[in-house]
Amino acid sequence: MDDTSLKEDIGTEEFWVNMGPQHPSTHGVLRLELKLSGETVVDGIVHIGYLHRSMEKIAENRTYTQFIPFTDRLDYLASMNNNLAYVLAVEKLMGIEVSDRAKYIRVIMAELGRIASHLFGITTFVQDLGAFATPLFYGMREREKIVELFDDVCGQRLTYNYMRVGGVSRDLPNGADGKIKGIIKYLRPKFDDLEALFNSNPIFTARTRGVGVLTASKAVNYGVTGPNLRASGVKWDLRKDEPYLCYDKFTFDIPVGNNGDAWDRYKVRMDEMRQSLRIAEQAVLGLPEGDPTVKAGRIFRPEPGETYMRSENPRGELGFYIVSDGSPIPFRMKIRSPSFSNIAVLPDLIRGLKIADAVCVLGSLDVVMGEIDR
Amino acid sequence: MIIPVLTLIIMLIVGAVVLGFIAVSAMFLIWWERKVSAHIQTRYGPMRVGWHGALQSVADVIKLLLKENITPSGVDRLSWWLAPFFAVVPVVMVFVCIPFGNIFGIELIARDLNIGILYIMALTSICVLGIFMAGWGSNNKYSLLGGMRSAAQIVSYEIPLVLAMVTAVMFAGSLSMQKIVEAQKGLWFVFQPNMAIAFAIFIIAGTAEVNRTPFDIPEAESELVAGFHTEYSGMKFAMFFLGEYTNMFVISALAATLFLGGWSGPFLPPVIWFLIKTYGLVTFMMWIRWTLPRVRVDQLMGFAWKVLTPVSFANLIVAGWILMK
Amino acid sequence: MSNGEAFGLIKLKIPDTSLEEKTRAIVVPREGILEAARCLTGQGFDSLHNLTAVDNKDNVTLVYHFYSMKKRAGIVLKTQLLPDDLTVESVERFWRSADWLEREVYDLFGVKFLNHPNLKRILNPEEWTIHPLRKT
Repeated sequence: MDDTSLKEDIGTEEFWVNMGPQHPSTHGVLRLELKLSGETVVDGIVHIGYLHRSMEKIAENRTYTQFIPFTDRLDYLASMNNNLAYVLAVEKLMGIEVSDRAKYIRVIMAELGRIASHLFGITTFVQDLGAFATPLFYGMREREKIVELFDDVCGQRLTYNYMRVGGVSRDLPNGADGKIKGIIKYLRPKFDDLEALFNSNPIFTARTRGVGVLTASKAVNYGVTGPNLRASGVKWDLRKDEPYLCYDKFTFDIPVGNNGDAWDRYKVRMDEMRQSLRIAEQAVLGLPEGDPTVKAGRIFRPEPGETYMRSENPRGELGFYIVSDGSPIPFRMKIRSPSFSNIAVLPDLIRGLKIADAVCVLGSLDVVMGEIDR
Repeated sequence: MIIPVLTLIIMLIVGAVVLGFIAVSAMFLIWWERKVSAHIQTRYGPMRVGWHGALQSVADVIKLLLKENITPSGVDRLSWWLAPFFAVVPVVMVFVCIPFGNIFGIELIARDLNIGILYIMALTSICVLGIFMAGWGSNNKYSLLGGMRSAAQIVSYEIPLVLAMVTAVMFAGSLSMQKIVEAQKGLWFVFQPNMAIAFAIFIIAGTAEVNRTPFDIPEAESELVAGFHTEYSGMKFAMFFLGEYTNMFVISALAATLFLGGWSGPFLPPVIWFLIKTYGLVTFMMWIRWTLPRVRVDQLMGFAWKVLTPVSFANLIVAGWILMK
Repeated sequence: MSNGEAFGLIKLKIPDTSLEEKTRAIVVPREGILEAARCLTGQGFDSLHNLTAVDNKDNVTLVYHFYSMKKRAGIVLKTQLLPDDLTVESVERFWRSADWLEREVYDLFGVKFLNHPNLKRILNPEEWTIHPLRKT
């Protein structure tokens, strides 16, 4: 046997593995095609569209109010924030100013929604690292308090449909502000508990530090937004940089990371939850009197024109580009979803990593397929 | 003529008892794991079938027995069919020389081989064959990756595991399981400093040996779906499950025998002591599983070769020096 | 930097550029998109935040939203394509985010982006022949 035939005999081959659309850690119906050389990811291709419900086409056939429930189904872990982003866009298009109480209620709901979403994001991320279900159940227990409050406020636990163009669908129920204060008091030590579970765990640290480093310039170039962008060290948060509602009245910090690795993405989310709690606390203490509901009719005709409004969602900047032709239904609506841009960076990040790290990076980006596919 | 027949009958009875014990123990452990994990996770776990779901495992076994036996097209039939047996049979054979203690003067050990430890070491290494055959035979890339990982992992962790066992053997001065237990009559091995290190190494390597979190990379759910048993269903899947839980029992029983004094203990009957120690260790492994994330494959190998193996060698040398003194 | 200043800069390079009255969007001719993109990257617009299209029946308008993280400013750029020739240069070489955004516009509107590295349908099945958001 000569040298060449020996080489052929023990030659190795790269192979393709289909991860998803049915896979425990693809967070829904994402399909990843991974080219592997043994355990190492050589290349990855992201396929999306398995959850495409043609939201933008539907929007062209619904009145502005009728479309609010559809926004619930975008990022279904942060429906409140989607509602808010959409009604803000329509209000900007129509030039409506909402009452102070409505603004404060919206801020409280958006921040609590952010906490609920981050709790889910962090704990499912740790589950992807192999800590099966225990952190997830702890996160769900904390999230339950917020979901129960939302249930009291709007009668739904997942798809809230609470915001309206010009206000909110109904005022807070009696005793709700006390309940919110109770939740804030309850949650604060729980975040420390969660952090104690992760931060001092050497396996968790070893699995996340230095894994999937996203540099600041690359993050900006890819259009990555939200906690993922801030983890890369870019201090950019619409609540501070382009304040909407009454965010300029509250004091809060913007946590940023240093390295842009999976650890920073986790840590930024963890710190952001505390800041959200601060905002919610200030908002509930300063809750003004008044009527947050809308008295106007449900069908309205904006002037012909167009607008683009984006707001800071838990997963990044959710933007609505609406073109009106003066009729009660939008002429064109484009939903710019944060996860769509965040997931596009994935192939770049996982090249050269192990499979286990690819799963870790995907989990740390915290994407929701509902808003990627729309 | 009469003696061999009598021996055969006795062996059959012993075999039936051992197999019955293994089945009941595995079913209990599955139920126990579900309860332990549930209470760690602020849940109840199974509650409907029997008292606190005690009969849940029975119902599951009946369901698995009644399931259709699916063989996917494209599998390597020989290794596909043999793999579940390779996963179970060696583990069952280990029970030949596990000392359960004694009742009314009858020693509860099928055969106290004078090379007991050696026999157990040989058999526990065979399990990896079953996993590897399943991974190779399934004709599934996830299974193949799981099989490869498993082979690499078990080969690496076998070394510290065996070295830890050897430390105990050196202190006992015998390979027989009964003799090792008797050597601990005065003081359990675990209370001596370098045996405590050996015990820690044994538990870590043992956890890796039975593929439990944080070393469960061969079946890593979030990465490889289910690893080597992705394609298995019905009774074949149940056999892998039986193998896994029995293996966990075996490793814990070995740890209890080698380091925690086996069946010896005050007041309670020896069998009870043995079961308390073994199931206590099993529960400890479950506790670990439901708390820690999984390590990455290269970290796993690095830990075995760069930390565990050198430490266990050093520990062995120190133990030898102490004994020679 | 406001839309007006950016408009002035682009106008120097591409004389056909105009400024939309109502929305203050910069409208460049289709041929000038690469030149405009180069000009904008030079001005520090490091993020292509959003890219979409609107089918106005007589033309298809591409809408680009650019932001500059350093200058904390944003501008809107538009270009109009005729329905019988829906081709435009890709800006993927300047902003990687354009990769998927252009694929989406191609999928939903059928606009062909020249020199795009991987112009395939992204949301809809690959064997489809229609582009669902076209109005004609």
